[in-house]
Amino acid sequence: MPKRLQLKDHFREIKVFNNRSVVSLLISICFILILLGRLMYLQVNSHEHFTTLSHNNRVSVQAIPPTRGLIYDRNGVILAENLPSYTLQVIPEKVKNLDKTLTILAELVEIEEEDISRFKKVVKRKHRFEKVPLKFHLNDKEVAVLASNRYRLPGVDVEAQLTRHYPFGKETAHIAGYVGRINEKELKNLGKEGKTSNYSGTNHIGKLGVERSYEDILHGTVGIQQVETNVRGRVLRVLKREPPIPGEDIYLNIDIKLQQVAMQAFGEEQGALVAIDPNNGHVLSMVSMPTYNANLFVNGIGVKKYKELNTSSSRPLFNRTILGSYPPGSTSKPFMALAGLELGQISREDKIYCPGFYRLKGKDHKYRDWKKWGHGKTDMYKAVVESCDVYFYDLAYRLGIDKMHHFLSLFGFGQRSGIDVPGERSGLVPSREWKRKVKGQVWFPGETLIAGIGQGYMLVTPLQLASATATLAKDGERYKPQLVKAIISSDKSKKQIEPDLVANIPKNRSHNWDDVIRAMKDVVHSARGTARRLNKPDMGYTIAGKTGTAQVFTVAQDAEYKEEELAKKLRDHALFIAFAPVQNPQIAIAVIVENGGHGGSVAAPIAGKVIEYYLNSLQQSQDSLAEDKLLEPQPSTLNHSSNMVSNG
Amino acid sequence: MEHEKRNLLTRLHIDFPLFFALITITVMGLGILYSASGEDIGLIKRQGVRLLVGFAFMLLIAQISPDKLRRWTPWIFIAGVFVLVLVLIIGTVGKGAQRWLDLGFFRFQPSEIMKLAVPMMIAWVLADSNAAPSGKRLIVALALVILPVLLIAKQPDLGTSLLVASSGLFVIFMAGVPWMYIFSFAAAGVLFSIPMWFYLMHGYQRQRVLTLLDPESDPLGSGYHIIQSKIAIGSGGLYGKGWLNGTQSHLEFLPERHTDFIFAVFAEEFGLVGNIILLSVYLFIIVRGLYIATQAQGTYSRLLGASIILTFLVYIFVNIGMVSGILPVVGVPLPLVSYGGTSMVTLMAGFGLLMSVYTHRRMLAN
Repeated sequence: MPKRLQLKDHFREIKVFNNRSVVSLLISICFILILLGRLMYLQVNSHEHFTTLSHNNRVSVQAIPPTRGLIYDRNGVILAENLPSYTLQVIPEKVKNLDKTLTILAELVEIEEEDISRFKKVVKRKHRFEKVPLKFHLNDKEVAVLASNRYRLPGVDVEAQLTRHYPFGKETAHIAGYVGRINEKELKNLGKEGKTSNYSGTNHIGKLGVERSYEDILHGTVGIQQVETNVRGRVLRVLKREPPIPGEDIYLNIDIKLQQVAMQAFGEEQGALVAIDPNNGHVLSMVSMPTYNANLFVNGIGVKKYKELNTSSSRPLFNRTILGSYPPGSTSKPFMALAGLELGQISREDKIYCPGFYRLKGKDHKYRDWKKWGHGKTDMYKAVVESCDVYFYDLAYRLGIDKMHHFLSLFGFGQRSGIDVPGERSGLVPSREWKRKVKGQVWFPGETLIAGIGQGYMLVTPLQLASATATLAKDGERYKPQLVKAIISSDKSKKQIEPDLVANIPKNRSHNWDDVIRAMKDVVHSARGTARRLNKPDMGYTIAGKTGTAQVFTVAQDAEYKEEELAKKLRDHALFIAFAPVQNPQIAIAVIVENGGHGGSVAAPIAGKVIEYYLNSLQQSQDSLAEDKLLEPQPSTLNHSSNMVSNG
Repeated sequence: MEHEKRNLLTRLHIDFPLFFALITITVMGLGILYSASGEDIGLIKRQGVRLLVGFAFMLLIAQISPDKLRRWTPWIFIAGVFVLVLVLIIGTVGKGAQRWLDLGFFRFQPSEIMKLAVPMMIAWVLADSNAAPSGKRLIVALALVILPVLLIAKQPDLGTSLLVASSGLFVIFMAGVPWMYIFSFAAAGVLFSIPMWFYLMHGYQRQRVLTLLDPESDPLGSGYHIIQSKIAIGSGGLYGKGWLNGTQSHLEFLPERHTDFIFAVFAEEFGLVGNIILLSVYLFIIVRGLYIATQAQGTYSRLLGASIILTFLVYIFVNIGMVSGILPVVGVPLPLVSYGGTSMVTLMAGFGLLMSVYTHRRMLAN
């Protein structure tokens, strides 16, 4: 019995086991199917999604920055170029003891604390295999020292990169401006303009001057490199490469030699000079003194140096040509005279008597002439030549501020000229409306008189003054001042910037203009002219000019103005405007010498030198062009600018 | 020829279908390991040596009759528990866990012994009676499972304790424990998991479970493994990127690619088609194993055989499940493919037991 029972149990047990085995088999198949289902979901249903993720994992896009376009002067002299600059770099991965290596490096080359702390910060942020710059702008000696110590400095590397360099850093600082490292604000702006990707490989951006206003043209288009990287970002191979398109080159209207002549003419004086070709608005020279070396800013100027420049009382960073607002003083008189003639308030024969002062009817206040004893009987011609203040007080009184405002505005005063560099100030031609709005006051008649001699509220920039002078020279044709002459793209195609005639002042009687210009000519070419010292017998051309003296310091009533006793800072600004030759104007110029005293003695000679140099060089190039024409049998189409291109 | 080979294999106590499937898997494994290791031939050689040791071990165990094994079972189990206690006291710490016993000339994980010792022991306990386990004997059997599992979990080694626990429980299941008990036990397990979550699991283990539920919540930390392995598998598509062409593995985006996550490398390079083939071979081994178990002579052999092959299923399911992101990341290798020593030898020893169970039966029958 027990045996049977056991047998029965044995069968039952096998039956149970087999049952369970079948269950197990089903469970096993079930589990395998679950896995297959999951794999099917991942590999078939979500295949595309994961393929994208896998692609994103391994492929990264690197930017290849374009080479920045060059800047030349009108004759093809290079003003901004890209030079190799040596940077000391360390690859932390390859350095055994970073601190020790830094100590050795500091012994070999001079490394500032600032550089080291910045370096340590960057090291923490970057991958271990990435190069981290330690010092920029190594000189040749430092490069040599590092090269000869290379064997004991694994992971230390000297790399050559292209850096912007300005061969005439001081001469062009206020024209070409400079590039600098892109800051956060600029980055944000680039983002707003949708240019972030184009700048992904770029470290520098135009900060000032032509470098800034022509940034888009100079920068070029970024190249793209698709690379395969591993999990640590190390590049393993290049998958695709799209080369960058270099920036376009720019030719300026500036003549760098003329610029140098002008700067030398200033000597130690502070001030500004703008020279324009009246025929097309080309800016030939633009000087703001003192200046600074633009190269200092390219890779970040030191805090100390910047402070020094920024706090200097002579304000070298301040571009006086477009930012400086000065009272035009007597340089406004030719424009005033023309206003009087054209608006019929005076005729050239009208004379007034100048006793040395002017008094409004029923008022005690004396508006004084610079000539204490007066000019006597004065007509328009004499008033301009000798710069009689009283004549213009009277004229201003007759015109009234509204007409003055209207007429002076025709010459571009009180408005931005539209020159192709950023930041220009608009100056100010006062009006009743302006005074009510800004000052909340009514206009006083006395203020009209002051404005009549270019003082008081009236403010001009040297650029405006030069542009207005050019307009006068061209009988009312006002061109937009233009620094850039031509743009040469990377495929060598050239785009000439066409002259932009912004205004053509309607003329009432054209002899009015001739009369004023004749008077201006005699400012230089007559014995009584305030700029007669410019007149040299063998000059070969004529100059029309006007001197000016702008008060910085208001002389109290009845007090005498003694220049010698005043501190230099409080002395008057000396001004001079001119164009030449009078019959066929080629250059119009405005000069301001801050605290220079008299326009005739200080500002005019500077203008004289610039005019002399420019007209001579123009003559020479015309002569050589004429020679070329004689030599070549077929008529040459070479003009000045294409000549320039071949030079470049 | 074929017949002679069969004879030779039979004399060596080898089950040919199982042996052939194992060879297939290991050859596939070496191939994918070559790719996953970044074509490291030295690593392949070391794995090859391990495989040879494993196969030798399998052969060796296959020669021992189940009766002898049964007699040795309690002693093996006691020795196993003893070294487990020892490892907790003097074990070597590696990767935050105390798993290794350094014997001077070689290091090994005592927990690996328990993967076989536990099912052997439970089978030994339950084989005495023909009746379904119940009452006192069921409690003893459960206690004998839980003791080593707790010791291993304490090291901590979640993956191994899971495998050891399932190997023991499979024996009880196959022995015919009533379904009522199973469901009650499952319910108890859920209740037990609550204190386990709060008191027994380490922070990193808890994190792994949490990350599994939402891997994107920690893409750079613990979620990184799962995200990258899913990318590898998914980007493999139907046919895969081709051998040695997996970008996820070769560019090192996939972590632990030659050990626990090797399946992702395989799936990336051979696609769904490759996966179906691999899983088919695995399924074949399981079916063959279950067949061997049903044909086994004696309760002990049956229970042991079935447990070993079902534990093999757990290996596969847990590993591929975790790599494909449906199970938490616990340290379970892909059997016969993942790079690693001790687990490989244990697995082969398990197959040795299966072969012993099958081949010795047949000889007796003859």
